[in-house]
Amino acid sequence: MELRPILSAMRRNKVGAILIGVQMAITLAILCNALFIIEQRVALSKRPTGADENNIFVMGNQWVGNPPDLKAKQQADLAALRSMPGVVDAVAGNSYPMSNSGSTEGAALNPDQKEPTALTALYFGDEHALNTFGLRLIAGRNFNTEEVIDKMGYTDLTPPPAIIVTRTLAEKLFPGKNALGQSVYVGGEKKSIPIVGIVDRLQVPWTQAGGWGSKFNDNSTIAPYHFVSPYAFYIVRVQPGRLATVMKAAEKTLFDLDRYRVIDKIRTLGEVRANAYQDDRGLVVILSVVCAALVAVTAFGIVGLTSYWVSQRRRQIGIRRALGATRNAIIHYFQTENFLIAAAGSLAGVAMAVGLNLWMVSTFEMERLNAGYAFVGAILVLLLGQLAVLWPAFKAASIPPALATRAA
Amino acid sequence: MLNYYFTLALRSLKRNIVLTVLMIAAIGVGIGASMTTLTVFRAMAGDPIPNKSRQLFAVQIDNWGPKRGIVGGDEQNLAEQISYPDAIGFMTARAAHRQAAMYATGFALTPANPDLRPFQVQARAAYADFFPMFEVPFRYGAPWTQADDEAHADVVVIGHDLNDKVFGGSNSVGKTLNLDGHAYRVVGVLERWEPIPKFYDLNNDKYGKPEEAFIPFTRAIDQQLSSWGNFNCGGDTIPAPGWEGRLRSECIWIQFWAELPSAADVERYRAFLNNYAADQRRLGRFHWAPNTQIRDAKEWLGHEHAVSTEVRILLLVSFSFLVVCLLNAMGLMLAKIMGRAGDIGVRRALGASRRAIYSQCLIEAAVVGLAGGLLGLALTALGLLGLRSLLSDEVNRLTYLNISDIAIAVTLSVVATVLAGLYPTWRAAQVQPAWQLKAQ
Repeated sequence: MELRPILSAMRRNKVGAILIGVQMAITLAILCNALFIIEQRVALSKRPTGADENNIFVMGNQWVGNPPDLKAKQQADLAALRSMPGVVDAVAGNSYPMSNSGSTEGAALNPDQKEPTALTALYFGDEHALNTFGLRLIAGRNFNTEEVIDKMGYTDLTPPPAIIVTRTLAEKLFPGKNALGQSVYVGGEKKSIPIVGIVDRLQVPWTQAGGWGSKFNDNSTIAPYHFVSPYAFYIVRVQPGRLATVMKAAEKTLFDLDRYRVIDKIRTLGEVRANAYQDDRGLVVILSVVCAALVAVTAFGIVGLTSYWVSQRRRQIGIRRALGATRNAIIHYFQTENFLIAAAGSLAGVAMAVGLNLWMVSTFEMERLNAGYAFVGAILVLLLGQLAVLWPAFKAASIPPALATRAA
Repeated sequence: MLNYYFTLALRSLKRNIVLTVLMIAAIGVGIGASMTTLTVFRAMAGDPIPNKSRQLFAVQIDNWGPKRGIVGGDEQNLAEQISYPDAIGFMTARAAHRQAAMYATGFALTPANPDLRPFQVQARAAYADFFPMFEVPFRYGAPWTQADDEAHADVVVIGHDLNDKVFGGSNSVGKTLNLDGHAYRVVGVLERWEPIPKFYDLNNDKYGKPEEAFIPFTRAIDQQLSSWGNFNCGGDTIPAPGWEGRLRSECIWIQFWAELPSAADVERYRAFLNNYAADQRRLGRFHWAPNTQIRDAKEWLGHEHAVSTEVRILLLVSFSFLVVCLLNAMGLMLAKIMGRAGDIGVRRALGASRRAIYSQCLIEAAVVGLAGGLLGLALTALGLLGLRSLLSDEVNRLTYLNISDIAIAVTLSVVATVLAGLYPTWRAAQVQPAWQLKAQ
């Protein structure tokens, strides 16, 4: 294919070519950043929490006022829940994964450290916590009953006699070493606490992309507490398939036990997940729609402008056909022309995409764009151009050679 | 003449209906996408208290020192909230025109009807100045007084919805509410009051509704009502056990706002804060130079990133999309106008000036812009409807179109399209009449 005539034709139609090229460049820049964000948010909202999500429901339990026999009431609730048919186990705590509320502490290797070695989310729970959440213990043991102490609200900072940590936290605290049996200082305490067990995974309660918790997503610690507070979360694990029935019955059981309470937000962990990642999924859908619209607009723009060029050059095309150019040669002409514009647009687009991403990295604390996205984006834009140019190119090829003799 | 150009524009648009539809569609889609996100953005970035956003100040003081531990502060090492001792120190000094310490808490409300179950009420403990300071509108009754603050009175101001729910919307002033087993006397009922964002406490639910019940801070402390918001103990600030220990601790959990009407007041208050911090140092509580800050409501919203990252990303993406749509329309307009070079040549030969050609083409562009804007508005309404089904309830409160948004959409569309039409128009005006006539 001879490029010279194409280039000289483009020179006479600079602005049109530039308009298409710039459109393609911006399309590419937006497309690959949007795809990147979509991929990240989808991955974010699919992260496993480490809990047995399909069989857990949770609720907030708020007592009216601050009853003096709080601990006895809570123990009675838990005993009632645990003895319900279909219930595997239940625990009272301060938080659960994806609840977006919880406690954070710093964990340090020595008491005078200025900056903690790692941040960790704290989950309070007694010896039933591991079984209730369905966590997999990969080293050490569960708490025993003597280790579980009372925590009278958040500001009671009596340190626990032992903790269980996640694998990620253990590796962060003691890289390359066995964390089991080691001791750490949690929350600025002057007394160190031994790690008695390590679980495979337990996500922190916060889910927001780039938000609190995103920097220590899998650093969790379970502290052996009876969380004696006027507001506590009850977490209940049921046998597979019993979620809906047990959930309904549980509310009734608790109200029958004592009606001076509020059961707040009783939900399955699946509903909690849907809720926690709702805005992420929303962003994914909106970005997808905008991307689709963007691609469509750019494609129609190419169709429109190329069609115009075809109609402008009807006579020249007729003459070329009369001089022996095949239909394919005409089609190739427009395809090559579009390819040249798209290639230039893609080059500019990749540069813009990287620039846009760098700016987003600095302002939105986003991650760096994977080079693969720019590559895929460039190919998509080239393909888009070729697809869009097909129809006007075929129209051009159907111009009869006789036109050369008829016109003017 | 304008009328004539308008008729010409319509006729020309009708002649090449495909290009016209493509142009209007491109502009409409671009306007629709960008207006949808702009509406949400404007709500998030909006000024929740426009009359006073430059006179209301969030107060910050460093009570943890340079060794601020795990949670970090801003660039000045300051956190959003303050400790109880400082809140009491500021309230005792009363150095501002108005001031209020406040925190989020909550109750279980026991209805008078024994058949109904208790339900949860989000509440805010605050000082009396909260209401006049934030211009909170009252439907019935009035705020409690400073005397009530000092008397630790059992009084409550309730929101519009709670009044509907408990008292059927009637004037409930003087009636009592059973909150966590204690009787509180209703002194005021609010009109619907929903500042967006909820600027006075951005820690939780920043686009959420305000609390439904307000009680005196002093009474809340007596009742040992714990904070339902962020409660932060870091560094060396381990509190002693119990409620008293919590109050005496350096943990930060209270928001503090001051009303400072004039620049002189602002200066005086800055000086007061620094003196206060210096005093604390003399008393041996702080071991560092005074580090304090006040920020007015507008600055505070920027400082606290009131606009979510998601919305900023969407705004960026949708406005880039609008640019693509406009480039597109520009290309199509160029094609359309150059396709009519012959007509333009004839008009020029018959005596039309360049100016006349300019007006004609720009009016045509404006007509396209107007049509695109109207289509864009319809798409915006559709887009907001879509957002409402996709996003959380909290964000849903931001998806409403008001009159100014409609004006913005149409103006934006017309102005942008006319701008995009400038180059094609210029090209049209360059058409040489003789050349065109010869070519025919």
